[in-house]
Amino acid sequence: MADETITAEDPITGEEIEIPADVEVGEIIDSPITGAELEVLSVDPVELEEAPELEEDWGE
Amino acid sequence: MKVGILYSRIRRDEKLLLGELRERDHEIEKIDVRKQQFSLSAPPDSFEDVDILVDRCLATSRSLYTTQFAEAYGIPVVNSAETAAVCANKVKNSLALQKAGVPTPATEVAFTKSAALDIVEEFGYPCVLKPVIGSWGRLMAKLDSRSAAEAIFEHKETLGHYEHKVFYIQEFVEKPDRDIRVLAVDGEPIAAMVRSSEHWLTNAAKGAETDTFELDDEAKELVADASEAVGGGLLGVDLMETAGSQSDPDSSGQDARETGYTVHEVNHNVEFKALNDATDIDVPARVVDWLEGKVEAAQ
Repeated sequence: MADETITAEDPITGEEIEIPADVEVGEIIDSPITGAELEVLSVDPVELEEAPELEEDWGE
Repeated sequence: MKVGILYSRIRRDEKLLLGELRERDHEIEKIDVRKQQFSLSAPPDSFEDVDILVDRCLATSRSLYTTQFAEAYGIPVVNSAETAAVCANKVKNSLALQKAGVPTPATEVAFTKSAALDIVEEFGYPCVLKPVIGSWGRLMAKLDSRSAAEAIFEHKETLGHYEHKVFYIQEFVEKPDRDIRVLAVDGEPIAAMVRSSEHWLTNAAKGAETDTFELDDEAKELVADASEAVGGGLLGVDLMETAGSQSDPDSSGQDARETGYTVHEVNHNVEFKALNDATDIDVPARVVDWLEGKVEAAQ
């Protein structure tokens, strides 16, 4: 499962990209085109958006 | 059981946890805190029927408030609001460790540049300046000289928001190019690893190499005490090996034990993917075991 991929539209370039098939809503993936972090907004259908910038109080 | 996962970003840690919960057929409510509204009297619909909420908020501020609301609604939440409040703030964290007699690096706090400079001159160089709130080794400064300290304090005083005007200064602990991260549930270690780097910062987020680590009895005792000091829960306890820091009773006159370790921090929203990779232990399985025990005990 982990190696399977699905296609989605890159929100920055508009191009089609391949992402892991087991993505979760809320997960962050790297765009294979721009390297930008993308947030998974929905999985059926897959919708991506540029992820929020790192904020100062983020962390563990 | 029904588990509510409070999140704003699903990291690999949360994904591991979700995978384990699903494998055991537990019901999951993924709760994106960015979409919630919290009233004073009634919980949001997403909290309905959950047996336990697991706070995995990436933003400290959200973690602090959502746990307070959960407790106000009478819904069990891990970690507790108290634990989050103590661990999220390095001053509270250090005070709690000190109060519990857990060895922790000598630390002083000041509110002005001149008072902070007096502290570093007393500590000597190098010493360490840390943000009161912050993670992943960000904005940490090793102060090697008075001129460096003056420059950093001035920048923080001028450019930072009010939290940066609280100068949290700590002795520089001569550790063997590594520190120890222990993941523990209510003081019971699940797994431990060393994080090694030639850089003085040995956070996994800074690219430190990780390897499994076997805890001795002394370290286990410190982990239990450190956990209790901050209110318990699923915690990342960070220790450094030391031949005797300024926190030991002989040098500081404080009520701490002399050990081969010093506990510099306890993390409440702990990441465990690096630990899961570094050890043979199934970390998410052990975390879910603990959650199941919590829910069972509450029923």
